[in-house]
Amino acid sequence: MTTTDDMAIGRDPVTRRRFIKSVIASGAATSAAAYYLAGCSDGSAPASGSVERLITLKVNGQDRRVDILPNETLAMTLRYKLGLTGTKLGCDRGECGACTVLINDVGHNSCSTLTHSVRGRAVTTVEGLEGPNGELHVVQQAMIDELGPQCGFCTPGQVMSAVGLLKANPKPTREEARHAMAGNLCRCGAYDHYLNAVMRAAKSA
Amino acid sequence: MGNFGIGQAVRRVEDKRFLTGAGQYTDDINKPGQLYLHILHSPHAHADISSIDTTAAKAAPGVVGVLTQADLDALGIGDILNLAAPPHKDGRALEVPARPALARGRVRYVGEPVAAVVADTLANAKDAADLIEVDYKELPAVVDIADAAKPGAPLVHGTEAPGNVWTHWQLGDEAATKAAFEKAHKVVKIDLINNRIAPTAMEPRGALAEYDVATERYTLIQGSQGSHKLRDWFAKNILKVPLDKVRVISPDVGGAFGMKNFLFNEPIVAVVASKLYGKPIKWMADRAGSFLNDAHGRDQINHAELALDKDGMFLGLRVSSFGNVGAYLSQFGAAIPTMAGCAMLVGAYRTPAAYVDVRVMMTNTAPVDAYRGAGRPEAAYVMERLVDKASRELGIPAAELRRKNFIRPEDFPYKTALGHKYDSGRYAELMDAAYKRADVAGFETRRAAAKKNGKLRGLGISYYVEACAGGQGEQPHLKFDADGKLTIIIGTQDNGQGHRTVYAQIAADAFGIPIENIVVKQGDTDEVPTGVGTGGSRSIPVGGSAVRATLLKMIEHGKDIASNLLEASAQDIEFDAGAFKIAGTDRKVSLKDVIGASFDDAKRGDVKPGLYAAETYAPAGATFPNGCHICEVDVDAETGELEFVNYTIQDDLGYAMNPLLMEGQIFGGAVQGLGQCLFEHAVYDKETGQLMTGSFMDYTMPRAGNTPRFNYAYTEVPTPNNTLGIKGAGEAGTIGATPAVANAVIDALSAVGVTHIDMPMTGLKIWQAIQSAQSKSAA
Repeated sequence: MTTTDDMAIGRDPVTRRRFIKSVIASGAATSAAAYYLAGCSDGSAPASGSVERLITLKVNGQDRRVDILPNETLAMTLRYKLGLTGTKLGCDRGECGACTVLINDVGHNSCSTLTHSVRGRAVTTVEGLEGPNGELHVVQQAMIDELGPQCGFCTPGQVMSAVGLLKANPKPTREEARHAMAGNLCRCGAYDHYLNAVMRAAKSA
Repeated sequence: MGNFGIGQAVRRVEDKRFLTGAGQYTDDINKPGQLYLHILHSPHAHADISSIDTTAAKAAPGVVGVLTQADLDALGIGDILNLAAPPHKDGRALEVPARPALARGRVRYVGEPVAAVVADTLANAKDAADLIEVDYKELPAVVDIADAAKPGAPLVHGTEAPGNVWTHWQLGDEAATKAAFEKAHKVVKIDLINNRIAPTAMEPRGALAEYDVATERYTLIQGSQGSHKLRDWFAKNILKVPLDKVRVISPDVGGAFGMKNFLFNEPIVAVVASKLYGKPIKWMADRAGSFLNDAHGRDQINHAELALDKDGMFLGLRVSSFGNVGAYLSQFGAAIPTMAGCAMLVGAYRTPAAYVDVRVMMTNTAPVDAYRGAGRPEAAYVMERLVDKASRELGIPAAELRRKNFIRPEDFPYKTALGHKYDSGRYAELMDAAYKRADVAGFETRRAAAKKNGKLRGLGISYYVEACAGGQGEQPHLKFDADGKLTIIIGTQDNGQGHRTVYAQIAADAFGIPIENIVVKQGDTDEVPTGVGTGGSRSIPVGGSAVRATLLKMIEHGKDIASNLLEASAQDIEFDAGAFKIAGTDRKVSLKDVIGASFDDAKRGDVKPGLYAAETYAPAGATFPNGCHICEVDVDAETGELEFVNYTIQDDLGYAMNPLLMEGQIFGGAVQGLGQCLFEHAVYDKETGQLMTGSFMDYTMPRAGNTPRFNYAYTEVPTPNNTLGIKGAGEAGTIGATPAVANAVIDALSAVGVTHIDMPMTGLKIWQAIQSAQSKSAA
């Protein structure tokens, strides 16, 4: 993998922001890279620890080059720099599961994972589950069939937890699935339907 | 009709987007050059502000501006409005306490917005907020109802709320009720606490505001339950500009539950800042901010008395309540403990006399307003716990006592002692069906078996009835494009219910077209001419009936065009199975051809061009969904831990438009209802007024691991009050669940002598109740 290389980015935050925007390969709506940039600097003398580094992340099977801060979370990078807004922030402190992604096939709260810690590891987000011809993942299809989503906000996290569960335990009992999915809050209270979907996906996989 | 019509469990057209991460919620949308707004919240429950020094913050890196209420006042920005005024029983004129977007000289709850920073990044805005120096002079605070009602309690407002009572409202016939109690054989009394709830939509509130100098227009992107209401409030009350100068767009909404109906402080600041600084302004609440400044729910205390004759017939009901509305009146806050729910206190029973009085209390807490059910869950909780208690005190089985007093099928339409006219129902039949499905007959055997395993088993019943889907109408616009695609434009606002699917089902059914050819548009005040929004379980009963009324009008228009094509009188034309026919003949023209002709001046005849219609439909009255919840639980006598064994629901929601979506609404509602009963409590510290439950680690939410699998069935008893016969499903589950679970816990604990426990019935509280009952019996 590419090692981190400190690109000679202009110290002026505006310049830097423009630069970040220019390297974002995503075709999504305008990036919100500014969200997390220019942490606590005055623009001319960045405080220690606030310097971004360009690293390469492996996201959904693609190498993505992105500038990150040392204290930047994976959720921030995915959402505001790579345009992968499928990963949601419900609490930003590892309590609700809406930001769940897979790292080397294991579910993690991306809001509580530092981006630099996932270099060299495979990150899978909800955008990366569809097959080569756009066919839905078996979990996604099962969630349609069982009416998993209601408002849809916790849904990406539910999907990723379910995919992670089935990778680790392809034939869970309903009770096992209940416990495995207990880290994903759903205020619409669609747990019963989500569990039906997990069991359906396990059956059809 | 076919697989996509009314009554089919059609899978949702929304879901592929949500499941692939393509949902677009407020924070997924960004504008070039946007700035970030961060709000400084009050750290005190009650304090005078002698000064706010923003000098250092304004000079901080990346800061574009810092705002306080003085700035908003100088700009002539209006205060947040109140829309509920339950009249005072003594006739005292109500004085609405001012509620500015940012504190004006005094803060009245922890988390109240005090100042705002706009900067190039969120981090810079947050850092600068730390540099704002606010000089607070702390005042005594009061956070709960009982303390607020005490003589000499700290006062949240001045003349607006003497003794912290904003209004003292009453309903019913006091004299008739007094007379009923005087002739009672038995009076059963109960005191209940209806715990305060944080609504906690998974998507926090947010706003993205933009001002266009050329057109002098504001655009606000904000997840809501109805963008038209917000537009109107912003234009008339806040900005004082003509309606066309404000555009509100609600994109995907990540849960709302009543709370996203309201006008809150932060979006006002975002909108004002967008003009002031000439850049789009993004604001997103973080989770702690949501707990602090979302409008909370419930928070009542109720004293209720039921008068019965010697046969167990209800003679009268008397309820005296206190409802906490917080430090300021949110738009409908004062209506929730009063007008919104109290008329449902008599429940499913013939109760000839009833009287309710409610004190609307102000405290140093976040405003309280509608939360899923909005007053009806509180009412159902009072009545169903009271009936259960009466059953125990009189020794009449719960089902028998209910059956005796139920409003019978032949009684409908039934006018209650509290003024509602119930539409339809078969209460006893539904309860019997639920009993059978829950195998209540075998319960005692199961209870004995559970006891051998150290478990206290309990069975709880509720028979809820609620009122919804009345009031204002909805006015959809429907139009066909030349290629046969139908667009339904409607002012309700989906926030998880599946409107795009259900409205499309209704139209697919009528026109005989595939659901894929139908687009539903909501949320943008520039695209949707008018709308009342989503709330009170109204969208499918009222919005659906309005879609139906509009498409019928469209078919009439189509007949005019077909009559020209077929050279026949429009009166002789029928529409069926996707074609316009001359009645009694095989001469017909397809819908597709009529759509084509509608755009063709040569073919359509002397009618308006295009195939479209707009129609207003208002319901004849409210609907009264009802049903029976039966909950069976095991309580571990050693630990107090509760486990669901079985949960049975038998509902009457009128006609089931899409059974799968309806089930989802009921299950989700029930999860929220049992969450209130067992886990959830928004707690303020009595000494400091600090919110103690400001995260998901402190505020216990229902999760997959602590919620039951539901055993669900329904009976369709259509309502005559809307054309589709639908009663509404959005809140029914919440209303039925809370008392059923509570009654199950009390039934389980009755084996060790516990007769009362308040919500939330946490493991700790259950364990304490068991310990205290056992030490009492040992003494």
